[in-house]
Amino acid sequence: MLSDSWDLVKRNLRHIMRTPELLLDVTVQPIMFVILFRYVFGGAIDVQGGSYVNYLMAGIFVQTITFSMMATGILLANDLQKGLIDRFRSLPMNASAILAARTLTDLLRAMLAVVIMIIVGLAVGFRPDGDVVHWAGAIGLMLLFGFAVAWIGVLTGMLVRTPEAAQGAMFIFVMPLTFASSAFVPTDTMPRVLRAFTEHQPLTLVINTVRAWILGNSAGSDAWQSLAWSLGILIVFFPLAIVIYRKRTTD
Amino acid sequence: MASSPPAIVAENLTKSFGQTHALRGVSLDVPEGSVLALLGPNGAGKTTTVRILTTLSKPNSGRASVAGFDVLQHPHEVRRRIGVTGQYAALDELLTGRENLEMIGRLYRMPTAATKTRAAELLERFRLTDAANRIVKTYSGGMRRRLDLAASLMSQPPVLFLDEPTTGLDPRSRMEMWALLQELVAGGSTLLLTTQYLEEADLLADDIAVVDHGLIIARGTADQLKSQIGGERIELTLPAGTDLDAVARLLAGRFSGEPNIDSEARTVTAPVALSTGLTTTIASELHAQGIELDAAAILRPTLDDVFLTLTGHAAEDEQTENAA
Repeated sequence: MLSDSWDLVKRNLRHIMRTPELLLDVTVQPIMFVILFRYVFGGAIDVQGGSYVNYLMAGIFVQTITFSMMATGILLANDLQKGLIDRFRSLPMNASAILAARTLTDLLRAMLAVVIMIIVGLAVGFRPDGDVVHWAGAIGLMLLFGFAVAWIGVLTGMLVRTPEAAQGAMFIFVMPLTFASSAFVPTDTMPRVLRAFTEHQPLTLVINTVRAWILGNSAGSDAWQSLAWSLGILIVFFPLAIVIYRKRTTD
Repeated sequence: MASSPPAIVAENLTKSFGQTHALRGVSLDVPEGSVLALLGPNGAGKTTTVRILTTLSKPNSGRASVAGFDVLQHPHEVRRRIGVTGQYAALDELLTGRENLEMIGRLYRMPTAATKTRAAELLERFRLTDAANRIVKTYSGGMRRRLDLAASLMSQPPVLFLDEPTTGLDPRSRMEMWALLQELVAGGSTLLLTTQYLEEADLLADDIAVVDHGLIIARGTADQLKSQIGGERIELTLPAGTDLDAVARLLAGRFSGEPNIDSEARTVTAPVALSTGLTTTIASELHAQGIELDAAAILRPTLDDVFLTLTGHAAEDEQTENAA
């Protein structure tokens, strides 16, 4: 299973190298968001102590990872449309390797995104105080959350007919989730009714935890809740995706 | 001396897709080292049969085994022993020819060094060495089919399935493909080939099974089938306004079977036993009645001829019929 997945990861990486546009969502897009929020909106947002850029970066990291989950679904839907899947299915390879390879490749893309974002952040005034241990924890949490959320992408990619539909379907829920969170503004500035959602949704919790840790603060109960959400999503969507994959590729 | 079991066996396979009954009880067997051609028009059930035998699809009922393993009980063992080439080349467009072959070799669990040597060998044999390091997106249709065939041979499988390997190719690419397939056949693999062309089945196969609406309606060597359908046909094209039925009645004695009249094309077509000198004889007889021919041709047997003889109807596209 591992060697099959690795062979397919190599294939996916070759695709990315030959189609650099596939990296736009983890390079150009987040850079645009950083600049937009830091310089255009940042001055008007009060984060009660601390600079806005320090507040912002955690949100950008998690948002980029969440958005890149859309690419997982789109690329998978694309693969499923083609005859190559039939060839894979007639080979003595592990059936789920194609899913594992997709999510692992996208995890690598997410890591690339985080590295680029750190560099960009430092360039615009980001000054994180967290020590190595806290940073390791933050990155670990981001990767775990990203991996879990990638399986939602995989599931969506298999439930729809075309890559375009996959993009549309995911956009509908990824957009509100990333904006109605603590990514760009503190949730206590939002109306009470909205707060009931934003304060408790998984992205807010993960962002708060990551933010606290990279700035050298304690995250409190948000950390446990983030972990619980990440594992919960993984436990629900991973087996579900495999089951739907089997159904979709058997006739 | 005990004979080895057939390399491919199918017993009463049925398969439906909603209201469409693609297979209604297909049974066949292919002895080890031989070549069977499944001959039939679009929608007859050829591809569905191949998909079941290559573990891509499950039958609604019936059994099948390939290389000694049941396709439903031990699909993994079957996959280790087969190579598959489809009508639509199943290749990764963004990888080079060489990368495609090496990746597929790896997925057959071949050691990396072996995949590289084998890939180079096959690229050479299929005349793709020059294009080997270009991505498949840049390949022509003929090149893709050759690469697809090479991919199915990476692990030197004992059993090969070729689903319509030359459909859609230009005549020159088709000839090239036939040459390659003939070499393959000479090498001793077991081959199951599906095709719409009697000529192709005749050229490549030891045995032919004719498929119509999800059933095997005839089985035999090419010679056996052709003797059943009387071999050649004569096609007479007559000027507009000619009474085609009268012509057919007039010439009935020259034909060895029922004539087919096409009033739009103005032709009378019929099987004939001996074509030598027939055109001249017929032309004279018609001339004596004041009827002139626009054209006369001796036709080699086609799938349509096989079907007309065996089923009484032409081998038209069966998909619309099935859907009804």
